[in-house]
Amino acid sequence: MADPILALRGVDKAFGPVQVLHGVDFELRPGEIHALIGENGAGKSTTMKIIAGFYDATAGETLWQGKPISFQSSDEAEALGIVMIHQEFNLAEHLGVDQNVFLGRELTRGWRLDHKAMRARTSELLERLECAVDPSAQVSQISVPSKQMVEIAKALSRDLRVLIMDEPTAVLTERDCEILFRQIERLRDEGVAILYTSHKLSEVKRVCDRVTVLRDGAMVRSEMVTDISEDEMAAAMVGRELSDLYPAKAVPQEEVMLEVEGLSVPGLIEDASLTLRRGEVLGIGGLVGSGRTELAEAIAGLRPRTGQVRLTGEALPAGEVRTAMERGLVYLTEDRKNAGLLLDKGARENLTLALLDRFGKVLIDRKAEEAALDRAIEAFAIRIPERDMPVGNLSGGNQQKLLLAKTLLSEPQVILIDEPTRGIDIGTKQQIYGLISRLAAEGHAIIVISSEMPELIGIVSRALVMHAGRVVGALEGDDVNEGAIVRLAMGLGESSREAVA
Amino acid sequence: MTMATASKTNSQGAGRKINLQVIGPVVALIALILIGMALNSNFLSYANITNVLARSAFIGIIAVGMTFVITAGGLDLSVGSMAAFVAGLMILTMNTLTESMGVTLPVILLGVALALAAGLIAGIINGVLITRVGIEAFIVTLGTMGIYRSLITWLADGGTLSLGFEMRELYRPVYYGGVAGISWPIIAFAVIAIVGEIVMRHTAFGRHCAAIGSNERVARYSSIAVLRVRLATYALLGLLVGFAVVMYVPRLGSASASTGLLWELEAIAAVIIGGTLLKGGFGRVWGTVVGVLILSLIGNILNLTDFVSPYLNGAIQGAVIILAVVMQRKGANDR
Repeated sequence: MADPILALRGVDKAFGPVQVLHGVDFELRPGEIHALIGENGAGKSTTMKIIAGFYDATAGETLWQGKPISFQSSDEAEALGIVMIHQEFNLAEHLGVDQNVFLGRELTRGWRLDHKAMRARTSELLERLECAVDPSAQVSQISVPSKQMVEIAKALSRDLRVLIMDEPTAVLTERDCEILFRQIERLRDEGVAILYTSHKLSEVKRVCDRVTVLRDGAMVRSEMVTDISEDEMAAAMVGRELSDLYPAKAVPQEEVMLEVEGLSVPGLIEDASLTLRRGEVLGIGGLVGSGRTELAEAIAGLRPRTGQVRLTGEALPAGEVRTAMERGLVYLTEDRKNAGLLLDKGARENLTLALLDRFGKVLIDRKAEEAALDRAIEAFAIRIPERDMPVGNLSGGNQQKLLLAKTLLSEPQVILIDEPTRGIDIGTKQQIYGLISRLAAEGHAIIVISSEMPELIGIVSRALVMHAGRVVGALEGDDVNEGAIVRLAMGLGESSREAVA
Repeated sequence: MTMATASKTNSQGAGRKINLQVIGPVVALIALILIGMALNSNFLSYANITNVLARSAFIGIIAVGMTFVITAGGLDLSVGSMAAFVAGLMILTMNTLTESMGVTLPVILLGVALALAAGLIAGIINGVLITRVGIEAFIVTLGTMGIYRSLITWLADGGTLSLGFEMRELYRPVYYGGVAGISWPIIAFAVIAIVGEIVMRHTAFGRHCAAIGSNERVARYSSIAVLRVRLATYALLGLLVGFAVVMYVPRLGSASASTGLLWELEAIAAVIIGGTLLKGGFGRVWGTVVGVLILSLIGNILNLTDFVSPYLNGAIQGAVIILAVVMQRKGANDR
């Protein structure tokens, strides 16, 4: 086995009085993919940032090829070939792909930029990544998975020794994940040491060689992946056995709550129809960009549309979010940080934002707001260290629970939930699945959009699959399985080759 | 009401730094008052205080409206020119009406109604261009700023529009009169500031302004009528400009191309000094009031002392504005 290229020894880290890491030992070896897993707030990000030179450890040491080293800044780490790809991309949106790849290290001929060489190198790198993006395209115009590929191309363009990836698959579809995995494996074979984090344990099992589990800032297990099962990983993360992740499925009733007929959004959705019954959890699967989110937004009045939407038999006007909410239909966005919550405001202001008219006639009744927040904190088990703190400082899981509380505050009958568990830990996931099932059992009608197959399969009783803006199939009961969803998502004609994950 | 509201409703998070940010402008104001007292014994005299406050009232009334616009993520550069234009319009109309109706109260009431309506309409025009046509606020109001300034110059034919002498005498008390020794402009400013503070802090409209300035997309997804709220902030500002003009015209009884010059910048500066974020998302009206007072006290102190030349007024005001923003930046980084 190769010697570690980078190692942490007994590293502590404290932010003010709060200690977030306790004596972490961690090693990265050339030619090895090392997974770092843990619940939100377990200290994964902090560990990564120490390795990448963004933070200094409070105690303990960092070893580079066996010798102690301390980085003054992330630039020094990068100079050694340690590159971190953040979850939020670090790309200049208005520059071209090639300009981004060489940002800060532009190739020059004399005093002029060598555009031709940079474009050629970029296109070479993208080809290696099987990415069909035009090197001259503006970054703001390309898709999210493509942006990630550009980030990786950027990392590849330098002498890469250690690659740190913070939940790279959170924004990717299954197919894009496969491409990513192939790339990671290729880099490993070239001798790069890779640190990989993900909330998806199946991925860890699939691509990683070694896994380290963090809980509450301390290392609780470190094993070769072959020696540990997914269940054991989950148990180590949570500190207890996770019994069934998915609750029992509710049985739909007869009453039709929502009917959508021939809904179209120009350029995005064509002729989509669906029926949703009381007590039903209906899934919508498909690739990112297949129109799932747009369909839900159009139903909820957030996008202009044509076609019929009937809520408990009565037509719902297009483009009126407010009316939809008042009539009992709400949409929970997938984009929690940009469309869901005001990150610089407190929990109270976020909770009541959509429903201020229920809190006082002219003046806002702050006591009533506080009481509502108390109820939400209790009902959704939200952990808020300080009531007034900006919600941007909450963990992803608590933000998601607050967003759920906010969306459900109007006591809707029909709930469209887009990516209910993106970027949150497994304990919170379980809570949210329980909540969805409980809501359905109470007689709500729910649509769940998800890119995570196990989630979709685990909680829905029926699933629609979208492809290129159309609903291309409906699956029910045992037919809701990974193979069937993927085949439909790829556009039916595709062979089952793609479905093998 | 200032301190109590501030510490209790601080939505910016906890910590000593934030509190410093909250009380910073107040401390500056108190320091200025102490400096003024030390330098000139007349500083605290009834005449001086009344003078300072009454002169602050115009900018102050406008700045209250500007607080809402900026909190909702907007900006309005046109208010100074708008004030001049509305003043000119009001004077011309009143002079014309005097010919048929004589020097009577109805003429004043019609003039007041016209000023308020003209301000409101001008604000709505800005708002519609920004929200419905979708042009950036900076560009739209830069444009209307030029238009109104040019219109008043044209109306006055390059000179000055003056209210008829008798009419001026009749209208005078609106600026110079008052109740219990407090002049009307001061009362008006105080009432508008208090109502503004309540609206910003305790009504859905104020909360929606902050939400839109903080993240317009979140506001839209929270079923807030974003465009309508933003339009309303410009309309409200326009109306307040009209109201400021109603208070301003009786003071000099005239309007010219230089009326209201740079008012927009003073109003914006007062808002920023008061702790409202220029990029929107957080605003406080009481802070704006403090900002207005700081700016006018600087001018007043320089006029009362021969310590520093009054010609340096602008330089000191400029330094205060930059300092205020530096303090804001510190608070933001600590978050």
